[in-house]
Amino acid sequence: MHDLSRLRDLAVSDSGFVFDPMTGYTFTVNPTGLLVLQSLKRGDPVESIAQRLADEFELDGGEDVHRDIDEFLARLREHGIVR
Amino acid sequence: MQRIDATIAVTGMNATDNPAPGVAVVRSLRHERSFAGRVIGLGYDALDPGFYAEGLLDGGSTLPFPSAGRDALFAHLCKIRSVFGVDALLPTLDSELHAVSTLADELKAQGIRTFVPTVESLERSTKAHLHELASHEGIRVPDSQPIQTVDALPGLIRAYGLPIMVKGVYYGGIVAHSEADAIHAFHHFVATWGVPVVVQRYVAGEEYNVAAIGDGHGSMIGAVAMRKLMITDKGKGWSGVTVGNPHLLAMTEAVVAALRWRGPIEVEFLRERESGELYVVEINPRFPAWIHLSTGAGQNLPFACAMLALGGDVPRPLPAYRVGTMFVRISLDQICDLSRFEQLSATGMLHLTKETP
Repeated sequence: MHDLSRLRDLAVSDSGFVFDPMTGYTFTVNPTGLLVLQSLKRGDPVESIAQRLADEFELDGGEDVHRDIDEFLARLREHGIVR
Repeated sequence: MQRIDATIAVTGMNATDNPAPGVAVVRSLRHERSFAGRVIGLGYDALDPGFYAEGLLDGGSTLPFPSAGRDALFAHLCKIRSVFGVDALLPTLDSELHAVSTLADELKAQGIRTFVPTVESLERSTKAHLHELASHEGIRVPDSQPIQTVDALPGLIRAYGLPIMVKGVYYGGIVAHSEADAIHAFHHFVATWGVPVVVQRYVAGEEYNVAAIGDGHGSMIGAVAMRKLMITDKGKGWSGVTVGNPHLLAMTEAVVAALRWRGPIEVEFLRERESGELYVVEINPRFPAWIHLSTGAGQNLPFACAMLALGGDVPRPLPAYRVGTMFVRISLDQICDLSRFEQLSATGMLHLTKETP
């Protein structure tokens, strides 16, 4: 299980610019990362995030979306945003 | 809104690549709409850049160097009082604090008010005494010890491991990666600042800084936390952003309480990369050079300090600051008439506005 409580504090702009007010670090995410991040902030389950990615980015079904989301979570953990 | 007509003297007009806080403090005073008073800049060189900033000062003066002693400083401040009618003095340099603190009552008798820490608080905030703060609840400092002789180094290296921090008692620190490096650093700081030299466990992590004001009775009046985004080759912040980590503010509050700090303070922190723990690594007995960021973020600490020096009231606590406010410093060439330099060089005084006391 991931502790996503700190995600709620992140300031995320529509352009994909992310500011962590606890640490002062800034990040940029691409459109798919932005969708995942905003969904995680809302507390959406991974299954529904994967479905939204498939719907909004017209995936052809060959992609391993769950693995991509896991990798994204791992990156957030590296930055101390997800524990 | 109460109109403030006082004349305030601010030291530290040096604003080179290792800037003093004076210019930032004056900008913050000017920023306050209720401030209709005059500002007198004080520095140690006729070419201190703050003297030449357009619209910043009403007057200025060069000061005798701190090595001239407190009597020389007192005499000069009395002269500045008679020339400009100074009501309050905001010292911004470490080297001035001890003398101003011991002179506070005499200055007040002359009509110059201050809001500075006691000599005891100042002494307890120095690097040589920093490790003693660890005994206070809510304050974490890296293991450290002031040493007088180089013989003490090998034992501390065994205790703290390598790399290790070796710090001058007044200024500077070197990360030593071997015993030979540590010995070299020890001799460097003895030759530069004398003993003791402070040896500290190295904490690998990110630096954070908090500027605050203590009321002298153990309470914190306001505080702004930030992280430097860019630093110069001298380690000075050239840009930064306010952060909203409540643990930084809580530990600063604990430091202010432990020292019963009166006046401005900057607490430097390291957040250990592995553990995420915060450590107090240094205390500066003054505002930092980035202090105008506090004003830009909505909490004007220099103006609050001026009000407290003048005996006025400030809201407690001060308004919350905006997290995510940035500063980016800039270097620019100021164009001015030679007469400014002439005044300061020939008389040590600078008159920029006509009004006199």
